[in-house]
Amino acid sequence: MASGPAPLNRARTTRIPWWASAPSTLLVVFLILPLAGLLLRAANLDAMVRALGRPVVLDALRLSLLTTLAVLVLSVVLGSPLALLLARSRGPLATAVDTLVDLPIVLPPAVAGIALLLTLGRRGVLGGVLSVFGVEIPFTTGAVVLAELFVAAPFYVRAARSGFLAVPAEVEDAARVDGASPWQVFRAVSVPLAAPSLLGGAVLCWARALGEFGATIMFAGSFQGRTQTMPLAIYAALESDLDAAVATSVLLLLAALAVLLFLRFVTRGATTPLHRS
Amino acid sequence: MPRTGVAAKALALAGIVLTALFAGACSRPVPPDPRAEAGRVTVSGEITVFAASSLTEAFREIGAGFEAANPGTRLNLNFGGSSTLRAQLEQGARADVFASADEVQMSLAVKAGVTASDPAVFARNRLVIVTPRGNPRQIASLEDLGRPGVKLLLTAPGVPIGQYTLDLFDRAARAPGFGTDFRARAEANVVSREENVRQLVAKVQLGEADAGVCYATDVTPSVRDQLTVIQIPDGLQVSSAYPLAPTRGSNPVGGQAFAAYVLSPAGQAVLQRWGFLPP
Repeated sequence: MASGPAPLNRARTTRIPWWASAPSTLLVVFLILPLAGLLLRAANLDAMVRALGRPVVLDALRLSLLTTLAVLVLSVVLGSPLALLLARSRGPLATAVDTLVDLPIVLPPAVAGIALLLTLGRRGVLGGVLSVFGVEIPFTTGAVVLAELFVAAPFYVRAARSGFLAVPAEVEDAARVDGASPWQVFRAVSVPLAAPSLLGGAVLCWARALGEFGATIMFAGSFQGRTQTMPLAIYAALESDLDAAVATSVLLLLAALAVLLFLRFVTRGATTPLHRS
Repeated sequence: MPRTGVAAKALALAGIVLTALFAGACSRPVPPDPRAEAGRVTVSGEITVFAASSLTEAFREIGAGFEAANPGTRLNLNFGGSSTLRAQLEQGARADVFASADEVQMSLAVKAGVTASDPAVFARNRLVIVTPRGNPRQIASLEDLGRPGVKLLLTAPGVPIGQYTLDLFDRAARAPGFGTDFRARAEANVVSREENVRQLVAKVQLGEADAGVCYATDVTPSVRDQLTVIQIPDGLQVSSAYPLAPTRGSNPVGGQAFAAYVLSPAGQAVLQRWGFLPP
């Protein structure tokens, strides 16, 4: 134990609070252990590869990629303007919208599912009108996209709003003085400067959509190839095909890991100068 | 590297503590009951029961009766799809009784070694068709489930009633008037395969689907007003037996006692009041 007082002349030395190591280790072990258990069960690579080839897994994979891609596009196309508005507006209305948009982030997904069912279901407030015109949303792939969009879009809007807030007003003003149109200012100044936040938000939004379970199973049901996304397939496979459930879980675990690494990469980019041209 | 040393020791210590905590939480040894040894078996403590979703109301009432008859006991009732419950038991969930909605899931449980003694059939059920109140699609009979455009809900094939329903479609396809492609036509109408029968009933009740197949006993007083029930002819009915068995839990005496209570006249009376048929 040679951990005496740190030399004063070293500027960045931090004292490590050793008393915290036991509880910290306990929690870290607890958080990692289940993932290790999952990987251990998946160690039989042959069985895993065979399980991944099953139609139920492939259909779920295809559906999950398709729906989350749609959610990503919708979130960026509709969410970016909203984020810009929220970042540039003041007053009670902006605050109210701001809070409401964040609500799905903290709302239990089951609540989202029942809310969507009661609103867009066949006898719902809006769904009742739609069904007169022959449009019925529940139990369709569209319902999956809507359920995912509801819970995931706020993650993008939230990140994009902070990104636009951090763009210095003077830079935008300077561009405007130079004769740029509002759209040009947005495209050539605001978006590039907020890019790390926009990217980070998009990835978080995608990850949340990929993991969506509660709202989907309530609003869209579970049907292979049509509404059974990867989390739903895991739930359904648990009782009939444990290997398929484990293989799908490992895929989602890897996706989650990739998301975190990407976020690390993006936020590191944020500290380096953005303007290269 | 003195700091690494400390960290390693802390890690080892935390590992030991964690293991001890985990072991303590998981393996609750059953204390030997001195009164049991004296010949008179007294039931006490918490009894965990895993039961099929369709048993929800009946088992709640039976449970209340059992607790009243055996002061000092507390029933912990856990309802779900029989296949889900069976999978949980196989994965090490601890329960004292397993009540399944079919014999397939029970025999799988027996094969997996989770039961403590032989299963016994304690009730039977029959299938009915439910539609939202007022029957907007005008489903008049089983045959109509194969009509194009009907939005039909089934349960997942692993869930007992999901299999019974497919058996029902097969039997109908062999019966005169339905057509040999009846099962295919009906299955083409399926919009979702729900994980348990109560979810199916709730979605029909909300009007999201045109029809679903459930047990007669799922049409409980709390949903009866919001559903229309269409009977299935006796000749096509699929007999569904409900077996139960004590499982390897932490309260074997309690598990045996509850299983016996369900089979007793008191338990049977409750089951029949909720629409179940006698075994």
